[in-house]
Amino acid sequence: MLKAYYYLLFRDLRLALRNRHELANPLIFFVLVVTLFPLAVTPTPETLQTMAPGVIWVSALLAVLLSLDRLFKQDYEDGSLDQLMLSPNPLVILVLAKVTAHWLLTGLPLVIIAPLLGLFMSLPMEAVIVLIYSLLLGTPVLSLIGAIGVSLTVAVNRGGVLLSLIILPLYIPILIFGANAVDVAMAGLPVSGQLLFLGAVLALSVSLAPLATSVALRITASR
Amino acid sequence: MLEAQSLECVRDDRLLFSGLSFSVSDAEVMQIEGHNGSGKTSLLRIICGLRQPEAGQVMWQGESIKSNRESYYENMVYIGHLPCIKADLTVLENVRSLLDTRSLALANSIIETALENVGLASYEDVQGKALSSGQRRRILLAFLELAQAKLWILDEPLTALDVQGVDLMESMILDHRQAGGSVIFTTHHGMQLDCEMRSVHLGHSNYQE
Repeated sequence: MLKAYYYLLFRDLRLALRNRHELANPLIFFVLVVTLFPLAVTPTPETLQTMAPGVIWVSALLAVLLSLDRLFKQDYEDGSLDQLMLSPNPLVILVLAKVTAHWLLTGLPLVIIAPLLGLFMSLPMEAVIVLIYSLLLGTPVLSLIGAIGVSLTVAVNRGGVLLSLIILPLYIPILIFGANAVDVAMAGLPVSGQLLFLGAVLALSVSLAPLATSVALRITASR
Repeated sequence: MLEAQSLECVRDDRLLFSGLSFSVSDAEVMQIEGHNGSGKTSLLRIICGLRQPEAGQVMWQGESIKSNRESYYENMVYIGHLPCIKADLTVLENVRSLLDTRSLALANSIIETALENVGLASYEDVQGKALSSGQRRRILLAFLELAQAKLWILDEPLTALDVQGVDLMESMILDHRQAGGSVIFTTHHGMQLDCEMRSVHLGHSNYQE
């Protein structure tokens, strides 16, 4: 069972490494949006600081949203998804492998580049550290919840709008608590409340989202 | 071994078939016949458990496939219309990743022999995108041979195959039957199978065995 998890994870990572330009898309989107913002507003350190948590978090969220399509689309179109569903291994484990690969390829790069953008938006060091933590806890949730939406819409032609409608409401709490943690850190207040909330949501979605995703995939396949 | 009990399938408000029952036992080959749109693919997907029938159920070794999914999927392999081939993986990696979903870790030499048997010798390191559609289907034949499944469910297995490919598929089915395995397939091409064969005919809600 664990083997099936690793095999699928490595297959997805290998596929992504052979297709690097696709890999760079969400990251470039993230960097571009955050760097364009100071050009559009008065770039005084104070304005940038107030906007920074929100701007960085919203761009990270949209970057993940844009990359979600990749999660099951290719497998659906070439029939591999059927083979995954016909595997003797539990579908939940395979879904978890695919989501892990998705996070390693989109969420993790965002977390790594975020501190640089934080400094660029003249965030103080304490806030940058909290930004890393909040993204580290928040981006896996974005991938996990996104997987539910993608599995419902993968069979729909141009399902992008539908996908956003389904999952954006579920993303909002993550956005609020993630950005708020950085805000609070800038004010020098304790952030453990926000981070614990993000951690709890992460634990909840790791245990429940793959189940929901595999049920949704079976519904999609039965059409 | 496999038993379909009064299956009913509705697609876009059209009744494709209802009350369809049949069974397939060891060493048996069965062809699903019917014109385009008569529900052959839907029937195969129902037998696989990918699609839910409107009524009826599919039994494997006397148990519903819903309740013993694991043992059913260990013994069944399904090959549909779609190639399941990744353009960015090599032939060897493609076969490997298909086998991985079945948790079969086979030695490279075994996979290479299977590739040789399907006419893909020396293609191990060629990426999927460089292959013709017939060659992609041949990768699936190698997978089929290696999957160690008792029941083969094949949807149009002759698509894109050349004359030698068709011969190969036929001899693979005969060998599989010889070894006690069963095959359920659909095809519009004439498959010349030198063995006893049963058929189920779909269409206009009248079917006979």
